[in-house]
Amino acid sequence: MILPLKLDQLAFSAGGREIIPPLSLEIGAGVATVILGANGAGKSVLMRLMHGLLAPTGGRVVWSETDEARIRRQQAMVFQRPVMLRRSALANVIYALKIANVSARERESRALDSLKEVGLLPLAHRPARVLSGGEQQRLALARAWALHPEVLFLDEPTASLDPSATREIETVIKAFDASGTKIVMATHNLGQAQRLGDEVLFIHQGRLVERTLADGFFKRPSSAEAAAFIKGELPWV
Amino acid sequence: MPTFADALYGALALITSRDAQLAGIVALSLKVSLSAVVCATLLALPLGAAVAVTRFRGRRVLIVLLNALMGLPPVVVGLVVYLLLSRAGPLGQLGILFTPAAMVFAQTILILPLIAALCRQAVEDAWIEYEEQLRSLGAVGMRAALTLVWDIRFSLLTAVLAGLGRASAEVGAVIIVGGNIDGVTRVMTTTIALETSKGDLSLALSLGIVLILLVLMLNAAAYLLKEAAQRRYG
Repeated sequence: MILPLKLDQLAFSAGGREIIPPLSLEIGAGVATVILGANGAGKSVLMRLMHGLLAPTGGRVVWSETDEARIRRQQAMVFQRPVMLRRSALANVIYALKIANVSARERESRALDSLKEVGLLPLAHRPARVLSGGEQQRLALARAWALHPEVLFLDEPTASLDPSATREIETVIKAFDASGTKIVMATHNLGQAQRLGDEVLFIHQGRLVERTLADGFFKRPSSAEAAAFIKGELPWV
Repeated sequence: MPTFADALYGALALITSRDAQLAGIVALSLKVSLSAVVCATLLALPLGAAVAVTRFRGRRVLIVLLNALMGLPPVVVGLVVYLLLSRAGPLGQLGILFTPAAMVFAQTILILPLIAALCRQAVEDAWIEYEEQLRSLGAVGMRAALTLVWDIRFSLLTAVLAGLGRASAEVGAVIIVGGNIDGVTRVMTTTIALETSKGDLSLALSLGIVLILLVLMLNAAAYLLKEAAQRRYG
């Protein structure tokens, strides 16, 4: 178990601008965590810091394990725009398994299982890059699924998709959640946060303004910024 | 002094006559330049990709150097390789001076920076798109570099073709290290230079036409391959 994840005075600045002021919090196993906030609030940066794609300019990201390789292997991330290699859908999943040092014998069956899980089995041998946006995003989820991560980070996974593709993606995310994978998802979409989140971290201008269970958050947000965001207002105007 | 029309007529006659000497020269040219392209590509693609995805001290100097060396003068490469391979030189033991092997060696050095620099640029552009995803999957360093090279292989064809074009068109390096020995190291470009100075413009021009046609055909084939791949893989 690499969870719980602790952020210890984690901070990030770029170009002299403070994007994430020092932030401490703990994220444990179990509930699906939604990082909610407006565009530019710092959600993506925060996720990249947690996932290790960005190096913090202050503070630390601490997992309960110390073995660097295990920490890497136990997490996966799905981005807003999936990046697929110019090979078949199946080969894209197999590639991820190969990098993760899964034995050659196991790779194909695991890849096929995960394609089945997201409903892409009939398209397994299609070149990944010619799939539609929604299909590519499901493929990105299959690629993550095959890795059996303990934590799955999702950065606005449906922001560039139409409603029906969005529904399909959300179904897969729910299946991930049900299988015991810890979901940490950034979104600016209130409906999606409500549908998928058990708890909400509300981020405003890089600061964690509010952390509440989802039910409470949407009924009675405790901060003025969150209340304004829910009402659809822009709190900084 | 024959007119251009005379030379052209003579050239066409020579090409259609399937002259054995002409065929030998064309074959050796292709053999030397294609061998050099294979050697240079095997070295240049990993080098270019590694420079693209890794960060180290002196990286920017290396990039400027590679870019500058794209324009390496063939005669200078010829001279340096000549010194290396001459009997008293550090590689004199090989005894390959004035053989096709020496020509392959010189052309490899000539086009290596060109292919590496073009590959570096292409991989770096792709890296911008792939970086987060590959790092998230745990592919870093040389592994990421080779994944990128394979993924953009059809785009890199252009870099390899540029190398082939430069190798097959140059005369300065091969004439110095090959010596333009009849039947041994005489290739198209050195023959054109020689025959022109001797006044046999028909042979020179027919070789010129063959050279241009060959380059044209190779480029057309590469273009079609790339187009087909793009349709297939997106």
